[in-house]
Amino acid sequence: MPTILAVTEQRQGALRKVSLEAVAAARMIADSLGATVDALILASGPVDGAAGLGVAGADRVLTATHDGFGLYNPDGYAATIASIGRGYAAIVFTASATGRDLSPRVAAKLKTACATDVTALAVEAGKIVATRPVYAGKAIQKLVLGGSPAILSVRPNTFAPVTTDKAGTPGVLAVPAFAQRVTVTEIKAPPQAALDVTEASIVVSGGRGLKEPANFKLVEDLAAAFGSAAVGASRAVVDAGWREHGAQVGQTGKTVAPSLYVAIGISGAIQHLAGMRTSKVIVAINKDKDAPIFKVADYGIIGDLFEVVPRLTEAIRKLKAE
Amino acid sequence: MKIAVCLKRVPDTTAKIVVGEDGKSIDETGVKFVPNPYDEYALEAALALKEKAGTGETVVYSLGGDSCQETIRTALAMGIDRGVLLQSPGSPDGFEVAQALAAELGAGGFDLILFGKMAVDDYNHQVGLMVGELLGLPAISAVSGLSIDGATVRAEREIEGAVEVVTCSLPAVITTDKGINTPRLPSLKGIMSAKKKPLESKPVALGAGAVTVAGLSLPPERQAGRIVGEGPDAVTQLVALLRNEAKVI
Repeated sequence: MPTILAVTEQRQGALRKVSLEAVAAARMIADSLGATVDALILASGPVDGAAGLGVAGADRVLTATHDGFGLYNPDGYAATIASIGRGYAAIVFTASATGRDLSPRVAAKLKTACATDVTALAVEAGKIVATRPVYAGKAIQKLVLGGSPAILSVRPNTFAPVTTDKAGTPGVLAVPAFAQRVTVTEIKAPPQAALDVTEASIVVSGGRGLKEPANFKLVEDLAAAFGSAAVGASRAVVDAGWREHGAQVGQTGKTVAPSLYVAIGISGAIQHLAGMRTSKVIVAINKDKDAPIFKVADYGIIGDLFEVVPRLTEAIRKLKAE
Repeated sequence: MKIAVCLKRVPDTTAKIVVGEDGKSIDETGVKFVPNPYDEYALEAALALKEKAGTGETVVYSLGGDSCQETIRTALAMGIDRGVLLQSPGSPDGFEVAQALAAELGAGGFDLILFGKMAVDDYNHQVGLMVGELLGLPAISAVSGLSIDGATVRAEREIEGAVEVVTCSLPAVITTDKGINTPRLPSLKGIMSAKKKPLESKPVALGAGAVTVAGLSLPPERQAGRIVGEGPDAVTQLVALLRNEAKVI
């Protein structure tokens, strides 16, 4: 019986939520192929959340433990996965910072390509067909993955975690000898633990309409009112140095797909729309009624953001307090 | 210091995308092509490192059709010493592209091989890392902060909600992200001298690859939504809609 491998991610000994998404995608492929799913954990010790991988869709949960696997270990992780990679019909990663770095290393070791940032999967005539946005979402590409194994990474926030009755039988995977050429020495946390725009379920973004950097507080306050929302930014304000480039949404920034995207003072240049158009619900607040952002927004308010946003923040706070 | 930069020719990020007649690629009619923005960070990093070292050579490689010569000339105008065009129709299979580049770069004796972290057309995000793997070199991807002291590389790469610090030794492969530097614009003098810089062209053959494109389409148009109202008084209705209709809060 073919098997699909889902590579999970942990940070500081805790399983990351995107791991469940990778397992859900692997489960979907496995169910189409009549295959089973192995989830793989790479860590230096026990991982919180590992016990939930069975319910999330894994028939087996393999753990590769190594003293050097506490932080991400590009060469060690890749060597470990490659050592068993040929036995799988497909290997599923998350298109996270780690998954995007790790999947090409594994693919090259296995002499095949990978499909990055996959948003939908199907099995046609026994082959995996991956749908993925290209040109920052301005077009959708369908790729037939003929490799053995097929290697792919799934976009965060796209494959919802599933609940199954799978056993998640534990197993141990030996770490092979590997040449360590690259070493992750530390993870530097930002001053405030910021939620990443690619993984947040709500993103509140600001643009040039905010007039000056200090006014981003309006955006931050609204994000805080929602509870767990990330703060995004348009390219114009990132290029102007108002915000870190990691917050940029759009073609030369990040592509996001939250359940709610709030665009504040963003006119909606084509390259910004490309980065957020797959959001489930889009709200736009802009004083220009002809702004292109209103063409993609589900709900728009035409008005002065300096009046509208504080009112919205207050309304959300009140709602959350109920 | 001898540095290679791999450069891809891509449609401008402001270009409107139209699907071509084959249903698998874009219609290039009227589309302006530019150097891949992430590769421009790699070009700038190469130039700055050579300037700091005071000696060395920078070479730009591009894999694609003859139209890439123009893209290579842009890099030469920025200050890169010479260019190599690897003539090929290209491939959607990142591993095939990586193999062709690795075969060429492996013999070059480079201290550093730079790529952009991804190309803004196919979003593959893999060729640089694969070249590192194929050449047995340390590789660090999506680097937004870089310092090189002797043969020691210290790189910062952004991960979700934090920054990862990564070290390795030269020779190495690095792929660059926004934030690492601000690419310079070609000067008039640079543009003039670029015309005289060496640009070698040679065909390369790519294998069939394991990944094939079955189709390219435009995303479904988003339904134009509605204007809830004007000014702060519309907030109450917006919140009600988000809660009761969209059910997202």
